[in-house]
Amino acid sequence: MDGPEQVRARLEETGYLVDDGLAIACFLALRLHRPIFCEGDAGVGKTALASALAEALGAPLIRLQCHEGIDAAQALYDWDFPRQLLHLRAAEAAGVSDAERLEGELYDRRFLIARPLLRALETHPSVLLVDEIDRADDEFEAFLLELLSEFTITIPELGTLRAEVPPVVVLTSNRTREVHDALKRRCLYHWFDHPGFARELAIVRRRLPGVSARLAEQVTALVQALRAEDLVKPPGVAETLDWAQALDALGATEVDAELAVATLGSVLKYREDAERARGLDLAAVLAARGA
Amino acid sequence: MGMLPADAALLGFARALRAAGVEASAERVHAFIRAVDVLGPKARADVYWAGRLTLCGGRDDLDRYERVFAAYFGAGGSPGPVARTAPPPRLRLVVRDAPAEAGRGNGPPAPPVAALAGSAEVLRHRDFAELDAAERAQVRRLLAALTLRGQARRTPRRRPARRGDVDPRRTVRELLRRGGEPALLRRHARAERPRRIVLLVDVSGSMAPYADALLRFAHAAVRGARAEAFTIGTRLTRVTRELSHRDPDLAMSAVAAAVPDWRGGTRLGELLREFLDRWGQRGMARGAVVVLLSDGWERGDPQLLAERMRRLHRLAHRVIWANPRKARPGYAPLAAGMAAALPSVDAFLEGHSLAALEKLAAVVRGADDA
Repeated sequence: MDGPEQVRARLEETGYLVDDGLAIACFLALRLHRPIFCEGDAGVGKTALASALAEALGAPLIRLQCHEGIDAAQALYDWDFPRQLLHLRAAEAAGVSDAERLEGELYDRRFLIARPLLRALETHPSVLLVDEIDRADDEFEAFLLELLSEFTITIPELGTLRAEVPPVVVLTSNRTREVHDALKRRCLYHWFDHPGFARELAIVRRRLPGVSARLAEQVTALVQALRAEDLVKPPGVAETLDWAQALDALGATEVDAELAVATLGSVLKYREDAERARGLDLAAVLAARGA
Repeated sequence: MGMLPADAALLGFARALRAAGVEASAERVHAFIRAVDVLGPKARADVYWAGRLTLCGGRDDLDRYERVFAAYFGAGGSPGPVARTAPPPRLRLVVRDAPAEAGRGNGPPAPPVAALAGSAEVLRHRDFAELDAAERAQVRRLLAALTLRGQARRTPRRRPARRGDVDPRRTVRELLRRGGEPALLRRHARAERPRRIVLLVDVSGSMAPYADALLRFAHAAVRGARAEAFTIGTRLTRVTRELSHRDPDLAMSAVAAAVPDWRGGTRLGELLREFLDRWGQRGMARGAVVVLLSDGWERGDPQLLAERMRRLHRLAHRVIWANPRKARPGYAPLAAGMAAALPSVDAFLEGHSLAALEKLAAVVRGADDA
C-alpha cells in the first residue's frame, strides 16, 4: 500500500472506519515494521483494529491473550512430549539402536507445538494481536521486547527461526499497569479516543446496516450524552452497537425515553451508572435530535 | 545523506519536546525522522501524526505534545483531534525543593532531648513532626532499610514442589530422559505471590511534617516490591517512576519536581475518584492492598469521599488507612473526611513514627492488626 489514504480505504472496505491518525499509524506500521501500541478505554476498537487489518491484508489473525503468569511455553512453543515418547517407543519396538540419530529425530520440527508467537513468525503475511499486554508480568514484557525487535526466536534444540517477513503486530493495553518504556519505544503509540457523533453514527450505520437510520442516530445521540456524564464506566463504541442491536431485536425503528431506560442494561454495566442515567432527561436528548 | 534543513527542524522540535518534559529518546527521534521520511511530502498533519505516534509514550504526553507542536510549527488549525485529557488541574505554586525540615534547621536550637537521639530505639517511637535535623537524617537511613511486602495470595500458576499434585509435564519429561522407563513422579503445587501494594500519600499542607518520611517509606516500598505510589493533595500524581531511583535522595528530588501541589489543600474524594477511574478500576486496585497515608482532612464533600471509599473497598483486597494524627493523645476521628472514610477501612493505624510504619508494614504483609 502506497500511502495512508490507501490503508484507510482498505480498512473501510472491511467496515472499520479510521481517522487520519490511525490511518497514518497503520501505514507506518506496515512500512517500518513497527508494532502499533494501542491504548484507550475498553470498547473503543483497539482489538477490532487487528481483525480489520488482518481482513484488509488478507492475512490470518493470530491472537495472543495475555494474562498474569503467562510464560514462554504458552506464548512461544512447547515440545509435544507424549508424541516424542510414542516415537521413542515405536523406534525401540522396531529395534533402532542408533541413539544419536534417535535423539536428532526427537527434536524435530514436527514435535514442536507452535504457540501464537512462533506461529506468527512462521506465517506470512500475518497479523499478530498481543491483547491486553498490561495483564502480563514484567518478565514477559522483556521477553516480548526481544522478540519484537528482532523477529527471531531461538529454540535451543533447533536453532534460530527468523521471520522472512515480520508480521504486522498490534499490542493493546487497558492501562491497568504502566507498560515498560523499553517496549513502548519500539512501538507506534496510538491513543484511542471515543469518536465524535458523526463518526460514531457512521460506524453504527456501517456495522449494522439493518438498523433503521433513525434508531441509529438516536442511539448514538444517547450514548454521546451518557458519555458526557460522570460515569464509572463510560460506554464505548462496542456498547453503542450492542444497544442499537438490542433495540433492533425488539423490533424498534425508533426509541423513546421509556424504551431507552428499559434497555439500559446493554450500555451501562454498573448500578451507580444506571441510576445516574435514570436521573437524566433522556427525552430531552432525543428531542434535541428529533427534528 | 547530509542533514536536510527539514531534518534539522524536526530535531529542533524533538529538543523542544524534551524540554517540555516528553521523554523523546534518541531512538524515538530516529523513528520520528524515518516516519516523516516514509510519509513523503511533508504535510502539516503528517508531521503531526508521525511525531505523535513515535515520540509520545503515554496519554500524559499527548497534552504536552499538542502544546509544543502548536508552539513550534505555529498554530494553524488543529491538525488532529485534540486528545481529551483530564480536567485542567488548578495550578499552584510549585515549591521545588521543600524537604520537610525547611524552616526547621535554622529555627530554634535543638532541644536538650537531642542527647537521647543516639538511641535508635528511642528514635523509633518519636513523632516525625518533632525531630531535629540530625534525628531526621538517622530516621531516613532507617526508613531506607524498611521493606514492604504485600500479603501472599495463591496464583493459578504452579511451581515444582515436593508435595502436591502430580506434574504430568515434568514426569513425562523425566520418563523420556530414561528412555521410557518408569520414573519418580514429579509434583507441583500452586505458587504464591505477594499482592500488589498501592500507596496513596497525602502531601497537602496539614501533612507537611510527615510527607518526607512517608514518601521515603513509599520509596522503600516501590524499590522492594510490586508497589505503586501516588501523591494526593489538590491533584493526583503517579510517582512510582520517580521513586524507582535507587538512591532515596535522588528519588525524593525527582518526586519534588514531579509533584506540583505540595502543601496545598486536600480533595480526597475527588482525587480518589480520579485514581479509581484512571487506575484502580482498570486493575491496579483489584485484589491489591491499598494503603492511604493521610490525616483525613477533606476540603471537599465528605459524602463523596465516603462513596469513593466504598467503591475502593469493593475493588481492593484490603484498605488500610494510616493517620499520623491518630497517635496524638485524645485523638478521635472527627475530621469530616476521616469519619466518612472509616466504615470502608479494614485497618486503621498510626503513621507518625518509625515504629508505627514498621507496624504498618506488618499489617500490609497480612499480620492481624491489633
